[in-house]
Amino acid sequence: MLIHEQSRPGRRATAQAPLTTADSSDLPTALRRKQRAALPEVSELQAVRHYTRLSQQNFSIDTNFYPLGSCTMKYNPRACNSLASLPGFLARHPAAPESHSQGIMACLYELQDMLKIVTGMHAVSLAPAAGAQGELAGVMMIRAYHDARGDHERREILVPDAAHGTNPASAIMAGFKVREAPTGSNGDVDIAALRDAVGPQTAGIMLTNPSTVGVFDRNIQAIAETVHEAGGLLYYDGANLNAILGKVRPGDMGFDVIHMNLHKTFSTPHGGGGPGAGPVGVSKRLEPYLPIPLVEQDGDSYRWLDEDDRPETIGRMTAFGGNMGILLRAYIYARMLGAEGMRRVSEFATLNANYLLKRLQEAGFQAAYPERRASHEFIITLKQEAKTYGVNAMDFAKRLLDFGYHAPTTYFPLLVPECLLIEPTETEPKEALDGFVEAMTQIRKEAEETPEKVKGAPYTLPLRRLDDVRAARQLDVAWKPASQPASQPTSQGA
Amino acid sequence: MPFIPHTDDDIAGMLDAIGVERIDDLFDEIPTELRAKGLEGIPDGLSEMEVAQLLQARAREDGQALCFIGAGAYDHHIPAAVWQITTRGEFYSAYTPYQAEASQGTLQVLYEFQSMMTALTGLDVSNASLYDGASALAEAVLMAVRANRKVKNARVLMPRSVHPFYRRTVRSIVRHQGIELVEVDFDHRTGQTRVADCEAAGDEPFAALVIPQPNFFGVLEDVDALTDWAHARDALVIGVVNPVALALLSPPGDWGSEGADIACGEGQPLGMPLASGGPYLGFLCCTQAQIRQLPGRIAGKTLDADGKVGYTLTLQAREQHIRRSKATSNICTNQGLLVTAATIHMSILGAEGLERVAAACHANTSRLADSLCEINGVEPLFDAPAFHERALRLPAPAANILSDLAANDILGGFDLGREYPELDPALLVCATELRTDADIAAYREAMARALAIADAA
Repeated sequence: MLIHEQSRPGRRATAQAPLTTADSSDLPTALRRKQRAALPEVSELQAVRHYTRLSQQNFSIDTNFYPLGSCTMKYNPRACNSLASLPGFLARHPAAPESHSQGIMACLYELQDMLKIVTGMHAVSLAPAAGAQGELAGVMMIRAYHDARGDHERREILVPDAAHGTNPASAIMAGFKVREAPTGSNGDVDIAALRDAVGPQTAGIMLTNPSTVGVFDRNIQAIAETVHEAGGLLYYDGANLNAILGKVRPGDMGFDVIHMNLHKTFSTPHGGGGPGAGPVGVSKRLEPYLPIPLVEQDGDSYRWLDEDDRPETIGRMTAFGGNMGILLRAYIYARMLGAEGMRRVSEFATLNANYLLKRLQEAGFQAAYPERRASHEFIITLKQEAKTYGVNAMDFAKRLLDFGYHAPTTYFPLLVPECLLIEPTETEPKEALDGFVEAMTQIRKEAEETPEKVKGAPYTLPLRRLDDVRAARQLDVAWKPASQPASQPTSQGA
Repeated sequence: MPFIPHTDDDIAGMLDAIGVERIDDLFDEIPTELRAKGLEGIPDGLSEMEVAQLLQARAREDGQALCFIGAGAYDHHIPAAVWQITTRGEFYSAYTPYQAEASQGTLQVLYEFQSMMTALTGLDVSNASLYDGASALAEAVLMAVRANRKVKNARVLMPRSVHPFYRRTVRSIVRHQGIELVEVDFDHRTGQTRVADCEAAGDEPFAALVIPQPNFFGVLEDVDALTDWAHARDALVIGVVNPVALALLSPPGDWGSEGADIACGEGQPLGMPLASGGPYLGFLCCTQAQIRQLPGRIAGKTLDADGKVGYTLTLQAREQHIRRSKATSNICTNQGLLVTAATIHMSILGAEGLERVAAACHANTSRLADSLCEINGVEPLFDAPAFHERALRLPAPAANILSDLAANDILGGFDLGREYPELDPALLVCATELRTDADIAAYREAMARALAIADAA
């Protein structure tokens, strides 16, 4: 039931708003609201109970193994939340003067510095609010670089066909054309095809490495050379940074610009779909274009760098310089890990992925790239199961929910048929991985014996499978009151 | 090893199962010359206790000054229940609800949020949020240019009375889309954007007019006249609104004879702490006619296989993960956790609670402005009605006064001269419902002292 359907005219949580209604009679009548907004009228208990119950209808990392490929659903340490929520941090106004901001600025400065070191980049801006905004900032910097050199013909960005959808969409928003770079049958970018694709029109290439097919591209140096020789720049999509943290640095691979998804690698909460944070790192030649604000150390204190300090900046991405609370959580996480802990992240993420892949292969599942080492994630293809039993990847995904496992990423990347992209992360114990293998094995047995059972899943969740087509055809995206609500606004002062 | 559960036995067993000797062997496809030598400069790990001590000291350092700054972020009371429920692990550590059956909690919250935003704005549909108010305005501008089929001209009229940081963000984000942002001046007596100011932007057709309500100066625009004027020229109208102010003010859907087409703004006043500027949430609402141009996630109602009501992400063909380079936007994430907070916040306050908050902010700011204007040389900059911010002219350089006030732990407002040189020296001040009479008296006293020092100097 919606909170709106629990509403009763005249009921409300009285202690949470001012006890009296202040005089607002000087606001001109013509500009005032005529009809009170149809918001719910409920008690505090009703709201608390309603949203507590809703929370219980979610799978989450705190309650379930969540091997969602490409999303790095690892444990979000509670200390990151409680320390980022200290009153001094929550109460600070974004326009507070530097004299009242040295504490948070110290954290941000040190975070910029740690991200620089761990990615091997020359400079970092924390401004972008999410990965996709980091991508946009990154490709805009590539454009600014070529434009500043008068190189206006470079209007094409190469994007592998396996890339996240945000890559081509971000390139388009920065005014580029997109050309697809094909992936070879071994999972690496097809170098010969890439050599044919580059030219004087090439502004750059956007790459994820390890790629979205879950393997490290062994030709990365050749790719970097090919693109750089053609006059283009290399963009690193940091979605899979968890796989190589402390092991290989994008800067050393030859990348000129990178974004990081702090809600993945640095364990800030996914929050039901956000907020994220998408800092960008750049090589020296792109530094002037970094989005603002930046934090600079100036003797014993810190100061903001803005448009006046960085006249060539691509500008502001949000009103107030980014998702500060998320940046603080990432900072706290990084301080708890330290250098050694960062290396452990990629080591154990990779150990878990390779172990899970091996166990699934032993159980008879087919790896998409069986001759390759898994990175922190891997793909299995269920095309055999789909053909033999008529049970597809989505059916497996839905049935896994009944076993208490969140489904892996399904049908991405698009080039592998009936695929599950599986990323266990480093924070899961061996028992969780073994349990997942057992569930997958059991589901395949069901697919063989009672395929309809798998195709009808899930059964144990609050709802059965939902009708997406109906949602789109009979659009209902907001509750509307059946009749106008009875209560009228307090049109004048009390 | 922080947050890693593996025992030595686990590691040995797992390596054995994989058929390698050491964990490092798993990185054997990475060319050796690329392997990072070390992470020099990254400090050693700290325990939770040590990192807590460090962070507590830094949070204390930033103090808890008395805040009279608004300028796009407002210090409101947040009911205790809002963040206690929002940070439950089931909301906090869930991801995007792509597996709808395992995400009904998040999906229903999104649907309820969309319902509440349409109620506040008086428009038909809402998305499930964008990053913040400024980036939401950028998306609104892009959307309006796509959606306006009568005007092919990609000009958008952007009043200078729109938040200066919003205007900069829009410029950054849309700069490569061939959109011309035409500045519209404001009336220096009232602080309002008049129809005459819009007409001064020239006779060429334009795709959209942006109308802030209240505007950056806190001043109320004549939204009805502006909306009708723009519609008469086949342009779409984008309202940039404050959701708390909407408890008292006419919703964009009611502006003029036809209503605004798009409304966007910053959701921070709905239960988000100031937190240095984020994470907040941007909202974006529009008429039914424009829904296919609306960027970002949208939750929709549907039925399950047994005919039970449920919720799912819908119209995903607009989005990047399906449409790739032809998507309405590159946006992927929404501000899910903040949407959860805002939805709980609106449920607890209800329309009447929000009205009381809005009225208290308006009254407190009026009292603050009156009180400061009793000081010789301080006077209102504009004479039109305002909501919960006031622009005041000062008799001394604003930067000096603000730093004097800050030395007394009072954040006295936003220095208007930095963004509007012609208004210098001037301050934009705000007193939300949290500022008491004693706070206002303390500010007045500190301001009088600061001005006396400035006068003597």
